[in-house]
Amino acid sequence: MIIDAIKNGIVIDHIAAGKCMELYQILGLGDLDCSVAILKNVTSRKLGRKDIIKIDRNLELDWDVIGYVDPNITVNIIRDGEQVEKRQLKMPETITNVLHCRNPRCITSVEQELPQVFKLTDRANRVYRCLYCETKAGK
Amino acid sequence: MRSLIDILDLTTEEINDLVAVASDIIQNPAAYAHKCDGKILATLFFEPSTRTRLSFESAMLSLGGQTLGFSEASSSSASKGESVADTVRTVSCYSDIIAMRHPKEGAPLVAAMHATVPVINAGDGGHNHPTQTLTDLLTIHHEKGRFDGLTVGLCGDLKFGRTVHSLINALSRYEDIRIVLISPEELKLPSYVKKDVLQKNNIPYLQTTDLEAVMPELDILYMTRVQRERFFNEEDYLRLKDSYILTPEKLANAKADLSILHPLPRVNEISVAVDQDPRAAYFRQARYGRFIRMALIMKLLGIQ
Repeated sequence: MIIDAIKNGIVIDHIAAGKCMELYQILGLGDLDCSVAILKNVTSRKLGRKDIIKIDRNLELDWDVIGYVDPNITVNIIRDGEQVEKRQLKMPETITNVLHCRNPRCITSVEQELPQVFKLTDRANRVYRCLYCETKAGK
Repeated sequence: MRSLIDILDLTTEEINDLVAVASDIIQNPAAYAHKCDGKILATLFFEPSTRTRLSFESAMLSLGGQTLGFSEASSSSASKGESVADTVRTVSCYSDIIAMRHPKEGAPLVAAMHATVPVINAGDGGHNHPTQTLTDLLTIHHEKGRFDGLTVGLCGDLKFGRTVHSLINALSRYEDIRIVLISPEELKLPSYVKKDVLQKNNIPYLQTTDLEAVMPELDILYMTRVQRERFFNEEDYLRLKDSYILTPEKLANAKADLSILHPLPRVNEISVAVDQDPRAAYFRQARYGRFIRMALIMKLLGIQ
């Protein structure tokens, strides 16, 4: 299957197969008024199978969010048909207002104006916990 | 400005220092009777806890300070919908240090982020209760004279029991500790505590449902109450609440120098017949709670 190359925009590549919709939702890509192509289950030499998202516009993305979803993702910035930047991501130490604590006993369940902060507590296993109640983030 | 939210906020050296100061207070209380003259402790208790609140108030009064506060959320502005952040910002204007109990986990951390005076977590739901852990440590130190080389049995609700989680965290930093976990299947220690604390620190542990079988091995037996307020389902509470009831008969094979601890209040998990046994340390433990809180208040206020 062929998807046209984009001239100015962003290619989010090496997304673990099956993860692209989570990223699509979490980045709010459904709210954009430009073309967004989602390629699922693409053959990859590196990963075997992968997902790709192509956005037909250059915009500021939340790198921390992408790094949280999958730190192995690479982001390519395209200008005038040329790749001008290739960004490797890393897991952020904290992530704010992306996830919601599911613990009904957490203070955030009653004080909803509090920022929802999760901190990285186990890098090897990619575990984030709520700053307040330390409940593990469910992905 | 320093707060105490989690027992791990304190280094082992700081805990040892607090235990040393508390021990000195026990020996020489008059020397500490005016250490906090002119200072005010605010006790913000959004859920009732007579014992913890009174021990904080007793601690501050014993240091020459004064106290103010409330003992349940209905008598505070929380009942009008005020946030924890706004409450502590205001209370910071009227006090020098705050002790807060709240049913929601993480509330004292939110308080510490917004208060302009030190905040002590006096229990946040099933999460942390660091001053209970300090009390437990002072008790163990006075009963056994050491922290190292002990076999500590923890019995009852190990799933929701915050005192158990905090105590395991604190003990894991000492040498040659062995932990015995005694609970019904449904109230076992959460796997993340086993993995993140016991396994990570190479603490040998045994998990069992049979209290009497492991009794002879124990230097410390830490009993806990199955807490009704931690259950969403009344049926589960009723089914599990009588899982372990400590009686003189069950202590028949225990060591002569065993120490029985309990954070109190107890319901029926320790028979009153055990109270006469010199190994029952739980009322001595309640007494130690006042002295360790005195040491902590002084430390957080920067008073030598």
